[in-house]
Amino acid sequence: MGDRRPPAFYALAAVFGLFVLFLYGPMLTIVVLSFQGPTGGLTFPMHGVSTHWFVSLWGGLGVVDIWAAFGRSLRLGLAVMVLTVVISLLAGYAFRRGFRGSSLVFYTAVASLIVPSIIVSLGIGVQFRLLDAAIKAAAEALGLAAFTESFATSAGTFTSGLGAHLTWTLPFGLLIMFAVFNRFDGRYEEAARDLGATPWQTFRHVVLPLIAPSLVGIALFGFTLSWDEAARSSQALGSDQNTLPLELTGLTTTVTNPEIYALGTATTTVSFAVILVSLLLFRTLSRRQARGR
Amino acid sequence: MERVHRGLSDREAGRTAVLEPASALATARAGVWRRRLTSRAAAPYWQAAPLALVFAFFFVLPLVVMVVVSFWRYNEYSITPALVGDNYVSVFSGCVAELPSLCLTFKTYLSTLKFCVLAWALTLLLGFTVAYFLAFHVRSLTAQMALFLVCTIPFWTSNVIRMISWVPLLGRNGLVNGFLITAGMTREPQTWLLFSDFSVVLAFVHLYTMFMIVPIFNSMSRIDRALLEAARDAGASGWQALWNVVVPLSKPGIVIGSIFVVTMVMGDYVTIGVMGGQQIASIGKVIQVQLSYLQFPLAAANAVVLLAAVLMVIAAMTRLVDVRKEL
Repeated sequence: MGDRRPPAFYALAAVFGLFVLFLYGPMLTIVVLSFQGPTGGLTFPMHGVSTHWFVSLWGGLGVVDIWAAFGRSLRLGLAVMVLTVVISLLAGYAFRRGFRGSSLVFYTAVASLIVPSIIVSLGIGVQFRLLDAAIKAAAEALGLAAFTESFATSAGTFTSGLGAHLTWTLPFGLLIMFAVFNRFDGRYEEAARDLGATPWQTFRHVVLPLIAPSLVGIALFGFTLSWDEAARSSQALGSDQNTLPLELTGLTTTVTNPEIYALGTATTTVSFAVILVSLLLFRTLSRRQARGR
Repeated sequence: MERVHRGLSDREAGRTAVLEPASALATARAGVWRRRLTSRAAAPYWQAAPLALVFAFFFVLPLVVMVVVSFWRYNEYSITPALVGDNYVSVFSGCVAELPSLCLTFKTYLSTLKFCVLAWALTLLLGFTVAYFLAFHVRSLTAQMALFLVCTIPFWTSNVIRMISWVPLLGRNGLVNGFLITAGMTREPQTWLLFSDFSVVLAFVHLYTMFMIVPIFNSMSRIDRALLEAARDAGASGWQALWNVVVPLSKPGIVIGSIFVVTMVMGDYVTIGVMGGQQIASIGKVIQVQLSYLQFPLAAANAVVLLAAVLMVIAAMTRLVDVRKEL
């Protein structure tokens, strides 16, 4: 192969460049427009540059308690992140050793990824509705009148919402673990065992440092997929428990000023901060690992 | 090591058994159970348990509930257990009687099918091209990974925001219309750019091309470069090598990407809602509206029909490839 690029390279490079512009261009426009002047509207031109819309966003968005939704999404995202990493890691170990019914679990995970979110959401919503009815009936049968009166619903951010998000993040986590263990050299573990390490020590001092970068990857998927999830949560959350993406979807039809861009910029900043931290952590851990070898 | 430990604890258990028979028997039994639970053979089962339980309770059970409820009766206030096909009848009401004109359900599915085909064809074409560029034309591995990352980062940001971000570009007073008017290509602002079929398809391509790039790139990076050289040596033109070597070997990635894109478009209601200005029908939207009126059994019946349609599409596509081999 010579060093000269074939003509096809330049054509393809141009397509790639346009694709990247197509990916990031629109996002850039709303970041720019979120700094619109106080008299500016939803489109260009810019009427000066200001942080007016961020300030007014800080004060809240009318009837919608956007900061409560922000906090809920953040807490839920962190919980989903931690659970996704732990559960995927354990499952990765299980699949590596093999167990009866592993194909069934695998195909269920893949199905969970592919079945349309609205269907999963509907199922969970109805399931918790029936669960509520059952709980109320049981409480009445037991004569717990006080409980029946105070009990509203078992659906909520950290019950049905958490479950709905996990059905979306866990398949990604599992697939990443598959990729990790498919390429993992089992001789490191054998060596550890031969030197007298317990299974826990083998995990803690040999396996964990080697797969740590991939776990950061799973954490990244866990948080960002939860942080941006709308379709699967839509029916699965209790009333007044909307997450940020759901509020945002609602706001697209009602908000008519750049506040929504400011909110978009704020949300995207969180996403990018998480991505950046993950990538840096990934690099640090990979380097440390490479040095250790 | 482990066996030695086990032998030791057995002997200890034996020693206590001589001293105090009854409690020792209990201890020994508990020991057996503990060993069974902590033995290496049992490990995969408790390790897989959390994952299996999450899917059982938040995925499988909800689907079962949905199928069951789709046969229930409902009124404005409540849903009641029953075993009636009424909901399915109303899903397909008029579908046979009104032929050859299409009933609402068929029309909606046809519209969804149109979006599926358009989104699939465009994401495949674009995704394949980008993956091909990354896999075969970017030579340094570092550059390859960096550019790959550039393509995937938007996937980790919010879909809704990525949709909204088209508004200042495509709207009545948006950048595109401004450009068209200034360039003298049109006098009136074009209104088909936003809240139209066009903007919906554009958003699908914008959001989902990533789902084509990743699996196709994965398949392509496994293709032995010697095969391409062999094709060239045998006198194949660039196009022939692409069509007869690269495309067949990328098939698994193409199929996986296609399954993702098609199923996501089939069940979509957020994108069609936001980008279609809440004016375009889709099955997902129908289900969502019925849910907002608390018509759970009817929505469930619609969802069952949608699920059946999705499963048929997947079955057809997976006949082409063994997904599990590709990981």
